[in-house]
Amino acid sequence: MSSKNEMLDKIAKNKPPKNTLPELLSFGSGERKEWLEQFSASSALNGGTTIVVKSWEEIESYLKSKFDLDKQTVSLSPDLNGNLDIASILDPHDLEKVELAILEGTYGVAENAAIWMPEEKLAHRALPFIAQHLVVVLESKNLLPDMHEAYRKIDVAASDYGVFIAGPSKTADIEQSLVIGAHGPRSMTVFILDL
Amino acid sequence: MAKTITHAEAAEAFLKDADRTQWHDETLWHVRTKRDTAAQKLPEWEQLRENASKVKEYVLSHLDELLVTFEKNAKANGIEVLWAKDAAEHNQHVYEILQKHSVQNIVKSKSILTEECGLNHFLEDKGFDVVDTDLGERIIQFNKQVPSHIVMPAIHLKKKEIGDIFHTHLGTQQGADDPNYLTEAARNHLREKFINANAAITGVNFGIVESGGFVVCTNEGNADMGTHLADVHIACMGIEKLIPRKADLGVYLRLLARSATGQSITNYSSHFHRPRSGKKMYLILVDNGRTEQLGREHFRNSLKCIRCGACMNTCPIYRRSSGFSYNATVPGPIGSILSPGMDLKKHSTLPFASTLCGSCSDVCPVKINIHEQLYQWRQVVTEAGHDSAAKKWAMKIGGKVMGSPSLYDFLGKSARSALKLTPKKLVYSRVNTWGKSRDLPEPPKESFKEWYRKNRKP
Ligand code: SF4
Repeated sequence: MSSKNEMLDKIAKNKPPKNTLPELLSFGSGERKEWLEQFSASSALNGGTTIVVKSWEEIESYLKSKFDLDKQTVSLSPDLNGNLDIASILDPHDLEKVELAILEGTYGVAENAAIWMPEEKLAHRALPFIAQHLVVVLESKNLLPDMHEAYRKIDVAASDYGVFIAGPSKTADIEQSLVIGAHGPRSMTVFILDL
Repeated sequence: MAKTITHAEAAEAFLKDADRTQWHDETLWHVRTKRDTAAQKLPEWEQLRENASKVKEYVLSHLDELLVTFEKNAKANGIEVLWAKDAAEHNQHVYEILQKHSVQNIVKSKSILTEECGLNHFLEDKGFDVVDTDLGERIIQFNKQVPSHIVMPAIHLKKKEIGDIFHTHLGTQQGADDPNYLTEAARNHLREKFINANAAITGVNFGIVESGGFVVCTNEGNADMGTHLADVHIACMGIEKLIPRKADLGVYLRLLARSATGQSITNYSSHFHRPRSGKKMYLILVDNGRTEQLGREHFRNSLKCIRCGACMNTCPIYRRSSGFSYNATVPGPIGSILSPGMDLKKHSTLPFASTLCGSCSDVCPVKINIHEQLYQWRQVVTEAGHDSAAKKWAMKIGGKVMGSPSLYDFLGKSARSALKLTPKKLVYSRVNTWGKSRDLPEPPKESFKEWYRKNRKP
């Protein structure tokens, strides 16, 4: 007998009496204004930075002041400039030297600052991990209160791959001291475009 | 035959270093309090736990049907699915996949299951270079140890020791122990490994039945660095990791990180549904004793575990004896109810490594009745006649304390008060193993308070 059948047979024999599947939970409420504050606070706790802006120009000048834009910069946002054409990259290993990746987020979750990033928004799955710094732009109208609402809104299976990113790469494996930049981005900046 | 090492004996070595024991104790308690803060912020916390528990109960009672559907959906997504009834078959599957794709360099992210299967040693013996990429796991891999905690694998080591390990293996400056400096050295070392890897092995936090995909959670992003660069992704998953619906993730992702470390979510929650074009994705479904545990009426609920580690952080015995003393892949309270099911004789003392204070059950996000199962395992151990070592252990900790009927009272309250009222004389008497170097595990005040607050209400 194959292992599969052996396992299934054993389960059929050993499983408990049938239980029913509970309804999905839902709690989300409150005001968008609150969500914005909650998002910023959660993002800071995760080791990230959230900046609320009114225009793309504000983002541009912030980026100029904080990052060395002469280094390799990939922008997947049509409104912000990079210097590396992502279409020229066929193998993700060639992203190794990327200093800054600028991406557009889809939905952001207020309770934990997680932003849903489906593969279509990444060009390469590796991009938001291999870059030294990560910037994500999110429109304030796309904030959601909690994870229940996020899964209601997003079909996570519609993309071959997708990831909730809530902050920079971090670790506390050495005596519980928080260190940002374990393998991936050493910083994550979220611009919330509040038009 | 090798002598069975009791938990108390194994803990003794750790307890010898009083400073370290105290540090370990305090650090884990601190993580526990962070968990409390995170939980208290959510008024719906108890509803989440109840739902998470019920969903998992549904999964266990439909496990065969769900696995079949999950496999069908995953295959339709282009994921190759393999079944393994035990550790040996799991390892063999991995080996054959690696051979088929001529893989030499492997990067791994945290997987308690592969640890359980002894995969690293199996592959190393066959000449593969297997690199654990979770920082904590890399540290202990250098140090030729196994994880002492399922979420914080190197929690038993001090930074000074990690500095020494890195000096030997990565050439960092002698005596340097700054966590930022050490992490940077590991980052550079592991980047090179990621770039050169042909295959990435990951664990699975949740397998989604309805969509045939799976979710992996990390803070470091190491699972993603590995899988998105390598040509082959092998995901290893215990069969109990299923959840029926995508939206169930809302509940589990809210509970998991809060219970583990007090974070609202891990920084990366990656959802894999289909491989990159032209690349390979394998999923191995592993039994290794799980179907048997499913048949044990009193113990099957242990399969609901989502491996958050909260029961370890809160356990007075774990905090003072460290993970190694359990001599099992999963230590702490949950390990003590899983391990006897794997090998009753070897792990016969583990159900006794508990004060039955019930704090583990209080914090468990999927409401496993851990302390009740510990008590029930004691009956099984006694009936099977493996109880001499275990009984000796109970005697050592102080026959009166462990034998007190009130300790076996599952209401929790009386057990906790009993512990509180233990006379100092007994604590420091020579018959008490723990009293040798410390005092008795303090009754978990916080959880008692929680209990009291809940039960005081009319
Ligand atoms: S038994 Fe519960 S508390 Fe312990 S690791 Fe599993 S889920 Fe977490």
